[in-house]
Amino acid sequence: MSGFRTIVGKAVAMDRANVDTDQIIPKQFLKRIEKTGFGQYLFYDWRYTKEGEENPDFELNQPKNQSASILIANENFGCGSSREHAPWALSDYGFKVVIAPSFADIFHQNCLKNGMLPLKLQAEEVAYLIEKAQNQPYHLTIDLEKETVTDNNGFLASFPITAYWKRMLLNGWDEIEITLQLDEKIAQFERSRAVIS
Amino acid sequence: MGKTIIDKIWEKHVVHQEEGEPDLIYIDLHLVHEVTSPQAFSGLRMKKRRVRQPERTFATMDHNVPTVNRYKIDDPVALNQMTTLEKNCLEFGIPLAGMDSPEQGIVHVIGPELGLTQPGMTIVCGDSHTSTHGALGAIAFGIGTSEVEHVLATQTLWQTKPKTLKIEINGQLRKGVTSKDVILYILSKHGVNFGQGHVIEYCGEVIKRMSMEERMTICNMSIEGGARAGLISPDETTFSYLEGRKHTPKGEAFKKTVMQWRELASDDDAGFDRTIMIDANVITPMVSWGTNPSMTSGIKDSIPYLKDCKNELEQKSLERAIDYMGLKEGQKIADIEIQHVFIGSCTNSRLEDLRQAAEMVKGKNVHPTVRALVVPGSQQVKKEAESEGLDVIFQKAGFEWRESGCSMCLSMNNDIVPSGERCASTSNRNFEGRQGTGARTHLVSPVMAAAAALYGRFVDVSEKVSVEAL
Repeated sequence: MSGFRTIVGKAVAMDRANVDTDQIIPKQFLKRIEKTGFGQYLFYDWRYTKEGEENPDFELNQPKNQSASILIANENFGCGSSREHAPWALSDYGFKVVIAPSFADIFHQNCLKNGMLPLKLQAEEVAYLIEKAQNQPYHLTIDLEKETVTDNNGFLASFPITAYWKRMLLNGWDEIEITLQLDEKIAQFERSRAVIS
Repeated sequence: MGKTIIDKIWEKHVVHQEEGEPDLIYIDLHLVHEVTSPQAFSGLRMKKRRVRQPERTFATMDHNVPTVNRYKIDDPVALNQMTTLEKNCLEFGIPLAGMDSPEQGIVHVIGPELGLTQPGMTIVCGDSHTSTHGALGAIAFGIGTSEVEHVLATQTLWQTKPKTLKIEINGQLRKGVTSKDVILYILSKHGVNFGQGHVIEYCGEVIKRMSMEERMTICNMSIEGGARAGLISPDETTFSYLEGRKHTPKGEAFKKTVMQWRELASDDDAGFDRTIMIDANVITPMVSWGTNPSMTSGIKDSIPYLKDCKNELEQKSLERAIDYMGLKEGQKIADIEIQHVFIGSCTNSRLEDLRQAAEMVKGKNVHPTVRALVVPGSQQVKKEAESEGLDVIFQKAGFEWRESGCSMCLSMNNDIVPSGERCASTSNRNFEGRQGTGARTHLVSPVMAAAAALYGRFVDVSEKVSVEAL
């Protein structure tokens, strides 16, 4: 995973609440043992008709939304299953950022672990962005260092991110490597406590 | 102010702590299954890392396994996922309850059953329904595959301490109302994200009176309310459930351990970040009608009207949901006809669930237009049920009696509901396509599912049907 500071990209709006990970990537595609190649199955049942044709009504299929890298969604995005295949699919499709008023906890964590930014903005800010992106090709800039989202017309919002994740993402660090530096402390913990099981 | 069980367990597991940073917490038990682990093992191999504590790790296969002809796996990709788990467990020295094991079953059924799950533990698994194990007084939560890899390599996780939410349930449950109805009722009132960032402790008279298996059903669906985890302070019910199980201490050691477990319960004056009070007296048998678990009503109720929605977003969700479900606003729940019944899943596939369903169908017949399955949660549940003759009761009534696995809860194997058809299901999620593309899921309790199998539609088990078992 490489670090990054800014992301500039086209945004696509998906104005739905409680989008669950079963929709992001349906279970029939969870059988593979690799981390890659899930983008083709992203939102499969919404993206394709029963006959396997592209569904022209679905947000991602609209011509103006092609090559979008920022997804704007509504409340509780990524609820349900803990499948990390969901961020793998979003990322493989080309998304680098998901903006929503709230995220399910496990999905939020899974995004960060894969260097994808789950950005929480105020509900009114998200509503504004959704309206903009629904009506025209719409570009946003995300600055991780400054913790801001801006458009080309003066929109400015700041997003919360913990110092821990800001550091990890800016540097693209491997979390396990960092934890393993505390190896002796973990060993000490193991020695110090009575074994439970 | 006293401490909650959540505070007590957390404090005992902090390995490393710094102001303004997440805590590094130790994980006592890591459960593993075939779907969310292969990429984690590949990651270890790539970086030449070992599994730190194989003896604190336990694996089984449940999501892909067929429930008929269990060794005949048609899908080569699914088969590869299963053999990959076998190879990984062998290479990294992890105990595995594989297809041949009498201990195989749904990971959240076998953990408690084998006594792997114990009070005071921190437990993780690459599966959101890990919250089930909280019923025994553990902090148990679902994680993604990157975190699975992190736990395999370090036996720890970086976690921000969750907020605490007390749900106190008092009163008396009506006849025919089960723990499944209680959790569905809570979701129907509070939605699918009220628990975000919180660990829930369920308590109150109703929880006190519940058996261990009933408690597991409630904790299981904590994730459906968006909570990190759900748990229940351990008590005599917990201790007597655990005594004599394979991995629990024996004899004097057990008594000593119970003394420690007693200390875990939340103090009477413990402070929680939030509290929700639930009156059990008003809960009726519940049926979900929409595409998330909060879209649920009592059996006597009707599908809500669009005009009654609080805002535009809610109205759009309702519109989408009833369109997908093939229902109309204002339609009576009791008028919904079903074609499939699934009794199983980590929510409701344990012996007590099967006993209640069997009592309902004993000597009766499944409605001619209904296909009904019973999928025991584990090989051990299956064996015990068979020794009580439950398999015979189900089969005589027209149910199929299957082998253990996740089955039609998420239909990763061949147990699929066809597009446009309805299933009364004892599972935990009614998302679009969950039981098959275009399939329509109605979440209910085992006894409600059993009754629906007999009538071909939903009936009020608290009224129309005599239920001696309840």
